[in-house]
Amino acid sequence: MRTLLLLLLLMSPALMSPALAVQPDERLADPALETRARTLSRELRCVVCQNESIDESNAPLARDLRILLRQRLTAGDSDAQASAFLVARYGDFVLLRPPLRADTWLLWFGPFAVLLLGAGITVFALRRRAPASAAPLSAEEQARLDRLMREDAP
Amino acid sequence: MFIELGHFALTLALFLALIQAVVPLVGASRRLAGWMAVGRSAALAHFALVALSFAALTHAYVTSDFSVANVVQNSHSAKPMLYKISGVWGNHEGSMLLWVLILALCGAAVAVFGTNLPRELRARVLAVQGMVATGFVLFILVTSNPFARVFPAPLDGQGLNPVLQDPGLAFHPPFLYLGYVGSSVAFAFAVAALIEGRVDAAWARWVRPWALVSWCALTVGIALGSWWAYYTLGWGGWWFWDPVENASLLPWLSGTALIHSAIVVERRDTLKSWTILLAILSFSLALMGTFLVRSGVLSSVHAFAVDPARGSFILGLLVLAIGGALTLYAVRAPALQGGGLFAPISREGALVLNNLLLATATVTVLLGTLYPLFMDAIGGAKISVGPPFFNRTFTPLMVPVLVAMAVGPLLGWKRADLSAALQRLWVGFAFAAAIVLIGLYIGGFTPVLAILGLGLAAWTAAGVVGEWAERVRLFRLPLRDSWRRARGLPRASYGMSVAHFGVAVLVAGVAASAFEQERIETLRPGEHIAIAGYDLALREVRRVPGPNFVADEAVIEVRRNGVVIDEMLPQRRLFTVQRQSTALTAIRTSLVADLYLALGEGDDQTGWTVRAYHKPIVSWIWLGAVIMALGGVVSLTDRRWRVGVAARKPAGVPAAAE
Amino acid sequence: MRRLIFLLPLLLFAALAGYFAFALISGRDPRELPSALLDKPAPDFDLPSLLPLGLTEGQRLSLAGLKGQVVVLNVFASWCAPCRVEHPLLLRLARQDKVHLVGIAYKDRPEDSRRFLAELGNPYRATGIDRDGRTGIDFGLYGVPETYVIDRQGHIRKRFVGPLSATLIDRELLPLLRQLERP
Repeated sequence: MRTLLLLLLLMSPALMSPALAVQPDERLADPALETRARTLSRELRCVVCQNESIDESNAPLARDLRILLRQRLTAGDSDAQASAFLVARYGDFVLLRPPLRADTWLLWFGPFAVLLLGAGITVFALRRRAPASAAPLSAEEQARLDRLMREDAP
Repeated sequence: MFIELGHFALTLALFLALIQAVVPLVGASRRLAGWMAVGRSAALAHFALVALSFAALTHAYVTSDFSVANVVQNSHSAKPMLYKISGVWGNHEGSMLLWVLILALCGAAVAVFGTNLPRELRARVLAVQGMVATGFVLFILVTSNPFARVFPAPLDGQGLNPVLQDPGLAFHPPFLYLGYVGSSVAFAFAVAALIEGRVDAAWARWVRPWALVSWCALTVGIALGSWWAYYTLGWGGWWFWDPVENASLLPWLSGTALIHSAIVVERRDTLKSWTILLAILSFSLALMGTFLVRSGVLSSVHAFAVDPARGSFILGLLVLAIGGALTLYAVRAPALQGGGLFAPISREGALVLNNLLLATATVTVLLGTLYPLFMDAIGGAKISVGPPFFNRTFTPLMVPVLVAMAVGPLLGWKRADLSAALQRLWVGFAFAAAIVLIGLYIGGFTPVLAILGLGLAAWTAAGVVGEWAERVRLFRLPLRDSWRRARGLPRASYGMSVAHFGVAVLVAGVAASAFEQERIETLRPGEHIAIAGYDLALREVRRVPGPNFVADEAVIEVRRNGVVIDEMLPQRRLFTVQRQSTALTAIRTSLVADLYLALGEGDDQTGWTVRAYHKPIVSWIWLGAVIMALGGVVSLTDRRWRVGVAARKPAGVPAAAE
Repeated sequence: MRRLIFLLPLLLFAALAGYFAFALISGRDPRELPSALLDKPAPDFDLPSLLPLGLTEGQRLSLAGLKGQVVVLNVFASWCAPCRVEHPLLLRLARQDKVHLVGIAYKDRPEDSRRFLAELGNPYRATGIDRDGRTGIDFGLYGVPETYVIDRQGHIRKRFVGPLSATLIDRELLPLLRQLERP
């Protein structure tokens, strides 16, 4: 399966000439802004690549987006604003972290729901197995039981 | 001529698979010994034919027979021999043939090594394997024939993708397929048990080695793929939650759950229908992975088999195999009687918790992988589900698994004393706490999660050691007695210890990735980068020719404390036929850390882009995976697996030994 | 009740298989990204003109200048092979069907774009050049060629990704244009 991944990675026109991702000339002088840019880049998808963030990708478009992102941050955008800038142009597809909306509730809450459901089924299935507590034996039944037990002894 | 022979052999193999699918099944229900025995012969003959077929294709590649269309598309005379051979499975048709070969191998293995199984069960298992084989061989013959000729034969092939010419990648598919296809054996056992209507401790004991083999192979296969990505892709990433990767992780997660729940079935004769379901699920996930990756349906478009016709065929196979198995499950499973009871705090309880968490993790990864597809299919917005999602959902699920992993083996069966077990682990807890405190002191509070991860790894490792110490009553008995106990412990117990220890090593490696350092600079010859106490100087960049490429090689001198300790040679290769370039990273690996260098574009005037990374204990990730697989292998050597079913012996002769 | 739980895996699988079948049959290309600006205002762009076309020097191609007409905006580049393939169709669109076609050269050198148009013909009533690709990003462009249909109010009504084909033009582009042209 990995074969497929890399075949794809290499076939994709984006990677025809793999420069490596973030270039020295893209980096911002301000280290705090640069760190923000790197963190944000890791959450933004390279739309022409096969499941890579713009931070990792060598594609020309990824480079353009990295530079654009840094310009927005330098211009004073907050992280949310810079992301929103790209989302306005490319849609939610560009976010590697899916937004939390009504149509993604199943995605975000699913795991927790499955855990609860699974725990519930487990408890239900195991509880069912517990034997009903036997009614206490009457004196006569107890005597009969004792006799039988003694008979069985070797 | 050889190729036609291969094609013919495969066609014959199809008929044998059909025989294998039908005759033993009928034989088992009618108790006809002769018919049941056919299963064995058919499986062996089928394997021989498929092997012949595979050999024919390999021969075509090795001799660069360009009259065969598949060879033309995927090979080239200039390719080194190793890659000519690995090129056999580096394409859709060839890889399907490898899949079918391994499937046939599994069937033959059951035929040969399954002599300890009751006849009916073995016959049914072989029959189910035969059914699966029939489906896939038919798939190859109808939609993905590797034996087609091309006329006139071109002078040379179109060459294989240069990135595939790599040793790690050459071995990755065989291991992975062994894992995927191997899970078909557990699947066959499950379906056979459902047909028979009986699941007991003996069944679990027979199924577990097969599930273990497939699990070990899958572990190695995934680790190879991850390691390959690490040293190839130029920035040292090793897991991207890509659909293709997830497709391999899913059967691994459910396979892990399976090998654990099978223990409970074997020891306590309970959790039967759940274990059956897991066995069906693991193979189903492997099949689903094949479908996703070859049908072009996911945004994981692949160079091979983006063909809806093929996709439809595989979907058909999926529906038949999984739908059939699950229908059988719905009908027969309710009749499977549960056995022993157990309290929540017990070894069984811990294993149930393990299964619950792993099952939830499986569903989580499945959900994340398929969600974009679902939303797209119902006309909703197009979204992406990437690492941020999985890190927030998968990772938290693994934490309780690791915590419980240390405690579980210390608990007794049926009902256990949790506080006693926890008391035994106080050393482990202290060790983990110490690691966390040291980590916080050195690393500061920013990578807190990573430090906690390291603590968790320490806890798990200490738990393994603690459990072993408990079993041999270390320091509570004279050392000689402890040693005797240690020698007497079953191999499966050591297998567990080793495998769990491997998990701890892997988790430590993963957690430490938060501490990596990166430097990206443009260097002219003579300039330096400093990283993590190393000084890297670019001496020169020279042209180096290769068998089918031309490379720019950077000579980088590595100094530590002023002393030259190494010279590293990252390259950028341009492959002449494909006109593609790839980076060959230079990595200096040690158990302590990796120094990772990659060369980008540039020239001597403007400078070359050099990326340097210092990655502490990253090799522990793959080391941990290998140790895990090793643990599985150790478990397999336990002589208890080789014990057979009680034959009809006169009274007084002991049956299967414990 | 208990039997129902055992039926659950099968039902879930059936739903899954159904989705897969649907995804296969619908033939959607999973790599195609629908435009985020559909039915929204086109981004405000103002680009230097590629070819003076007899107008004064420094003429520009801007969104404002296109308002009031139905426009087909084609993004191309001299280094783009599929652009060459679709070019004859663009010429036919401009000359035969009298479509108001404008072009933007994306991340190209002006001399290369001019040479491209000189060699293959110029179907565009006006051309702009987007050297740094910023306008392309504003459009949500992710490859060339791409073609946008912009209505009189300046809203993007459709995006074609990849080279146009005769089928696409006849079946989707021209009908849409006719619909938008209606007063």
